[in-house]
Amino acid sequence: MRTANPSVPLLAAIAVALTGAAVVMVFFVAPEDVDQGISQRIFYVHVPIALTAYACFGLGAWKALRLLWTRGERYDLESYTAIHQGTIFGALTLLTGAIWAKASWGVWWLWSEDQLVLFLVLFLFYCAYFMLRFSLEPGARRERISAVYALFGVALIPVSFLAIRLAENFIHPTVFTRDGPQMDGSMFGAFCVAWAALLLLAYVMYRVELLGKRTDANLRLLRETLTS
Amino acid sequence: MSQEQLVAAAYGVFLAVVLAWIVIIAAKLSRLERETTELAELARRRRDDG
Repeated sequence: MRTANPSVPLLAAIAVALTGAAVVMVFFVAPEDVDQGISQRIFYVHVPIALTAYACFGLGAWKALRLLWTRGERYDLESYTAIHQGTIFGALTLLTGAIWAKASWGVWWLWSEDQLVLFLVLFLFYCAYFMLRFSLEPGARRERISAVYALFGVALIPVSFLAIRLAENFIHPTVFTRDGPQMDGSMFGAFCVAWAALLLLAYVMYRVELLGKRTDANLRLLRETLTS
Repeated sequence: MSQEQLVAAAYGVFLAVVLAWIVIIAAKLSRLERETTELAELARRRRDDG
């Protein structure tokens, strides 16, 4: 039994409203950080983008698991689309992170930072997913191999996420500790709204892309039927 | 680059990627619309041919 999904236009409208609220909160409500100054405002776009990338990869793995579990064909396209979204947000994480690094540390990249290198490894792992997928003939074998690869990838997420806490010598900031978020209440509010906006935006992008891919597949089938 | 320019660059990169995604989806929608029209034309011809 399938449950009804909320409509894409409604979700898109909420995402736009949340994005507007996030911009207002980030630039007009949240105070400027005492240590980092204005460059700390990159935090509100960089961290939610990174967490959204993790969520997309997690969704891709969940759909892959469903595929292996139920053999439902539709999960292949859903897993692929979620991983595609995760890769877009992963690329954005690396770009905004490099800009923040330049603003805070004076360099675009630090190979000595485990957090950065592990995220790059995670990103490259998912880039290889597409090479693997498109090197195989479409069909059940490709669906299964892609699903297993997507499940392996999700194991890298906690490693990447916890790397910052496992590293002994790090300069990458730790904002969320066991004592809670290390920031002002309005800063945390701005962060939460920005993250909600990005999660919803990613979900809308996922649904729109999925609609396009399904329509594409249906049209191909229709063309084959009409021309045979 | 100043701190302000770097903040603008970070948000600008995000905006540019979202806009690029919209352009790609718009292009895809146009292609789907074109293909649907072709298929409708094909179906109409088959119906007229009996």
